[in-house]
Amino acid sequence: MSTSIILLIILIVGLAAYFSGRARAMASSNGKLSALHSLPGYHGVYVAIWSVLPAAVVLAVWLIASPFFVESALRASLPQEVTSQGAATTELTLGQVMSVANGLKLLNTDELAAVTNGSVNLRDALGAKGVPLAGDGELYMVKAAQDYNTMKENSRWAMSAVVLVIAIAGAVFALRGISAPFRARNRVERVMLGALLVASSIAILTTVGIIGSMLSEALRFFNSVSPSTFFFGTVWDPRFSAAGSGGTEGQFGLLPLLAGTLYIAFVAMLFAVPVGLFAAIYMSEYAKPVVRGIAKPLLEILAGIPTIVYGFFALITVGPFLRDISAQLNGLVTGNYVNFIQAQSVLTAGIVMGIMLIPFVSSLSDDIITQVPRSLRDGSLGLGATRSETIKKVVLPAALPGIVGALLLTASRAVGETMIVVLAAGVAARMQLNPFEAMTTVTVKIVNQLTGDLEFNSPQTLVAFALGITLFAITLCLNIYALYIVRKYREQYE
Amino acid sequence: MNMMSEAAVEKALDQKMNTAPYKMTGKDVSVYYGEKRALFDVNLNVRENTVTALIGPSGCGKSTFLRCLNRMNDTIDSCRVTGKIVLDEGDIYDPSIDVVELRARVGMVFQKPNPFPKSIYENVTYGPKIHGLARTKAEFDQIVEHSLQKAGLWNEVKDRLHESGTGLSGGQQQRLCIARAVAVSPEVILMDEPCSALDPIATAKVEELIHELRANYTIVIVTHSMQQAARVSQRTAMFHLGNLVEENDTDKMFTNPDDQRTQDYIMGRFG
Repeated sequence: MSTSIILLIILIVGLAAYFSGRARAMASSNGKLSALHSLPGYHGVYVAIWSVLPAAVVLAVWLIASPFFVESALRASLPQEVTSQGAATTELTLGQVMSVANGLKLLNTDELAAVTNGSVNLRDALGAKGVPLAGDGELYMVKAAQDYNTMKENSRWAMSAVVLVIAIAGAVFALRGISAPFRARNRVERVMLGALLVASSIAILTTVGIIGSMLSEALRFFNSVSPSTFFFGTVWDPRFSAAGSGGTEGQFGLLPLLAGTLYIAFVAMLFAVPVGLFAAIYMSEYAKPVVRGIAKPLLEILAGIPTIVYGFFALITVGPFLRDISAQLNGLVTGNYVNFIQAQSVLTAGIVMGIMLIPFVSSLSDDIITQVPRSLRDGSLGLGATRSETIKKVVLPAALPGIVGALLLTASRAVGETMIVVLAAGVAARMQLNPFEAMTTVTVKIVNQLTGDLEFNSPQTLVAFALGITLFAITLCLNIYALYIVRKYREQYE
Repeated sequence: MNMMSEAAVEKALDQKMNTAPYKMTGKDVSVYYGEKRALFDVNLNVRENTVTALIGPSGCGKSTFLRCLNRMNDTIDSCRVTGKIVLDEGDIYDPSIDVVELRARVGMVFQKPNPFPKSIYENVTYGPKIHGLARTKAEFDQIVEHSLQKAGLWNEVKDRLHESGTGLSGGQQQRLCIARAVAVSPEVILMDEPCSALDPIATAKVEELIHELRANYTIVIVTHSMQQAARVSQRTAMFHLGNLVEENDTDKMFTNPDDQRTQDYIMGRFG
């Protein structure tokens, strides 16, 4: 039986358990629902949980554990002359036996007999069925493969039986416990609580896992390149990592990438902050409810556009436009029609990233500005201040900490943004101040280093993890600081 | 002897107030919030240098009327005001009137103390700065000291003028708000239940302050406390369901009102 069919059967058993639990609860109340401690539905769910949950857990454990047992049994059955040749040969043989086992399933009885008695070459027979073998098979392999297949088959049947028995046994056990005063509701809610706990710990554990894997890979990188040359190096030239060419040493200087990242993020913020902030002020202070109801969702649609779309907007529209207009300007002033803005430049990437960030700035600041209590506005208006004076002198100063927090959150997005800069910023890693030239960012270089066929054993690829963890540290610090500020601000008016 | 003469002066002052000229007059004032009508043709006049108390059950329109007097209702989008309100012969709803200038002449103190999250000093200088009432630091210092003294707060805060106004106690915050309103030198001060968020001691201080302020300002106060209206005001107006029921001398109002509804409300039979 395949796993999905087993799952389906468990579900059917669970459904049946639900209805029988409900029915039993109703019966035990003699038709008077108020006599029950919990509603019949809770009893049903309680029985269903008892039948589905243990069975599903056993199924999962079995699916994970059984391959290990079967494989170690297979390993033990390999002949002495193979295992004595060391681990590498054993693994190779093991792999071969497994593909033979897969291939044998495709053969019919006659072919199988021919293969078993050695009258047909194993490799040719399997090759004809589309299963390539690395070497000519040997006879003991066929035997081992057949044993392997049998073991897998047996394990599967045993699993189906055990899981089914557990599902039914669980349902029966739970059904027997049902009575009018039974507190099914509390039990069900406890299981729900457990589910919530598991869900949140998955998220946290994943974060920890990601950090752990990045750290360990980054440490491998720092084994071959010293941290000081990485963090303080001013030249980025990783060279190519060809297989076996251990001699090619690259230079891994972080600074040009970091400079590009921060520069582009700065240009983006320069663009996004005034526009976004003014939009937020208009939305929260001046816009009539009708206008606000239409304009705010429209603005937030901008936030839903995938960043790759902004990327080609930059690549095919903004970049060429800036290049052409710079050529025209240059021509008007000096008569020499040469563009001084490159199509891929800090400016292009910054402007487009700024457009992407506008909704973040405006939406976050709008929330914060609306949180400033109405009584402060009234106080100021009541003293004869105009609306704009009230905004400038009372509302904005009161909202300032929150707005700064919002801007920091936005900045951390700008630093971590990838697709726009991949398409619009260029790949030249250099340190310079001209916003019309191409620069590159940490994220672009991570993409570059990890694209193509890779082996994760050379500094050329491992550097991506060091870059990643650096970026992670920067954005994490920005986020923590921003959240700290925003929270502190919230407390002020509660 | 001294006490006697002070009481006599007080009495004479009260007498004068009942015959004082009108500072503000409201004629057929109606207010609508969207479709809902909140005030019905209210005719109410406010005498100069007098404390006028507006009383009535919740939702009777007394705060709405108060907020008409300096056009604070303009800040509510759905609100519409009809009728005529005159301040010293000028219609305050006339299109030629600058609402900002009006609010400088008719100041307001709110129900909940709402000092700005700035220093005490900046709270007081906020209005004068906007209206350009002073230029040098010395002038501002003088305004701050004068206003805080008028609000009876000077002695409590003179050593910490540059600490935040939100760090004061509730009663001090409310007196700071009064100082802030006084600093603009208004002619009329509107108070919307100024003591409802304060404890009895702070309330007593604010009431004493109102008592002193009436010498220089015309005061209109909305209150839910009958005792407060009796203590601080010389004239009282009673609102019910958006109508002005009765306007009279405070003394007469609380002893022998003309209208049965006033009598019932004051006796606590409804409200």
